Amino acid sequence: MRLAEQATPPASPRSNPFQEERNGLARRRRVTNQLAVVLTGAFTVLASLFLLYLIVYVAGKGLQFINLDFFTQRPKPPGETGGGWATALQGTAVLIGLAALIGVPLGMAVGIYLSEIGRGRFASLVRFLVDTLTGIPTVIFGLFAWVLIVVPSHSFSALSAGVALGIIMVPTVARATEEMLRLVPKELREASAALGATESRTVLRVVIPAARSGIVTGIMLALARVAGETAPLLLTAFGTSFFNTSLLRPIDAIPLRIFVFTLSPYAIEQQQAFAGALVLIAFVLLTSLAIRWATGGFRVRRR
Amino acid sequence: MQPRLAARISSTQARSRAWGHQLRVRARRPGDFAFRVLIYAFVVVVLAVVAGIAWVLLSNSWPTIQAFGLRFLTNSAFDPIHNTYGVGPALFGTFITSAIAFVLALPLGIGTAAFLTEFCPSAFRAPLAFLVDSLAVIPSIVIGLWGFLVFAPWLQQRGEPWLQQHLGFLPFFQGTPHGVGILAAGLILTAMILPIITAIAREVMATVPVSQREALLALGATRWEVIRYAVLPYSRVGIMGGAILGLGRALGETIAVTLVIGNQAASPSLSLFQTGYTLASVIINQFGEATPGLFLSAVLETGLLLLLITLITNVLARLLIARLGRVGGGLIV
Repeated sequence: MRLAEQATPPASPRSNPFQEERNGLARRRRVTNQLAVVLTGAFTVLASLFLLYLIVYVAGKGLQFINLDFFTQRPKPPGETGGGWATALQGTAVLIGLAALIGVPLGMAVGIYLSEIGRGRFASLVRFLVDTLTGIPTVIFGLFAWVLIVVPSHSFSALSAGVALGIIMVPTVARATEEMLRLVPKELREASAALGATESRTVLRVVIPAARSGIVTGIMLALARVAGETAPLLLTAFGTSFFNTSLLRPIDAIPLRIFVFTLSPYAIEQQQAFAGALVLIAFVLLTSLAIRWATGGFRVRRR
Repeated sequence: MQPRLAARISSTQARSRAWGHQLRVRARRPGDFAFRVLIYAFVVVVLAVVAGIAWVLLSNSWPTIQAFGLRFLTNSAFDPIHNTYGVGPALFGTFITSAIAFVLALPLGIGTAAFLTEFCPSAFRAPLAFLVDSLAVIPSIVIGLWGFLVFAPWLQQRGEPWLQQHLGFLPFFQGTPHGVGILAAGLILTAMILPIITAIAREVMATVPVSQREALLALGATRWEVIRYAVLPYSRVGIMGGAILGLGRALGETIAVTLVIGNQAASPSLSLFQTGYTLASVIINQFGEATPGLFLSAVLETGLLLLLITLITNVLARLLIARLGRVGGGLIV
């Protein structure tokens, strides 16, 4: 306390609080420092231990269900033992594909615009809106696709879910693209222009290839995140225990099946929910680990 | 006379050179033109989607806006049978759970960030940071699953009775322990927004000039004093921005909260043990039965409110962070 009062105005060299030699104060400062280390260290350990605990717990409960049936069987009717997650795996694969089909071109175009073309007010507006899009709860996108596609067509559908997930991807992809393109040295663009390449050629054949690994990283990250989305899927894909053959029909997905099993009255299904959660965690964590390992973070490949 | 003539000649030359340049540019334009049209078309599609979301929600919730006006915000019944709708309890639930998360996660996040940037031995820094960051990529359904099947039952049997026994004199810890409820949602949200606050706080703290730290160290300051008098004052605004970004995430978090909040309106009290609703959980609980008309419109107005609240929070947060350039958690946010 006393220290705080003294320290704020460094009035004259003589009243420098940090050079106080008196024993009491020096000890108090040392103890405060140690206390801060221990306390903040405890916070950090707490946060990291929670993640480890979560992984170990989910693995402990779910690992027993990861077998051949898990990957090949449809879910059994409620109450029966056995069955697998094949429909959910198929559904998630289809939905990720649809989302990428919509989200990657849109996101990359916005990123290219922001980095290579856009100047002035309109570009700032676009950047601001894309940043804001990041903060909108994903359930809102689900609601949007629900009103726009599900309600008029009187059917939950894989398509509506793909649209919702695709829009959710846009800001992440756009941002990764923009930041990666910005890291490409100006000299590369100038060299390309000096050789007579047009703007579109420069961007498509020189700048984007140079930033490719970073952009791919961003896309992978967006896909991993979208794979775990649940709320927008409830409003659009809805879930089913059958294989889906039409984009206009409901489709299953891993998060949806976890949700259904979580709320199930049967203990066996609740246990199985952990198996799905384990697959989801493994997918997301391995993706982000692989990205870090492969690129050493977000980095541009120089040519 | 002479210089003026020279000037005129050179300016004509310059003009013709510029004109030639223009010609050449125009000659190679077709490809560039198509490229730009394509890029602009996609950008316009994205902008149209943003505008479309706002428009779709607003126009479709018009019936309830007209029917109930501001009473929609305070009315406590979401009742299709009597055709009267309101989100009073949901608004309360949304704000109280997010407030709990904000209050708990802010000191935890600042502490963690301070430890990782200032105290931590460099050998442990990267792995610890990776673990904390990774918490952000755990899908919220997984947290919800754990919350519903493990955490809430524990809270009911151990956590809440303990709180009641030791802090029961406070109005917050009275009433029947349900496990699921406001407290469970608040605590789960804390874990979910902690990595966001930590990531941004870390980035902001890293922007504090080394000279500031060194100046204090040269005066004989301890590490903690460096944080207290150099790092925190310098990064206060940015950290606040990150915290508000986390708050926005908490306000809109849907599936994990829906699973642990109970989805039952209790009689109003200060107890954190009571079950409740949030705006997002109302949407999840009600959309399935929503019939066209006031019911559908009420669900969409709930979404519109959620959009407005998170939009305001996010714009505020971005304005606070914008000062520092485009900090934003990089991979995390």
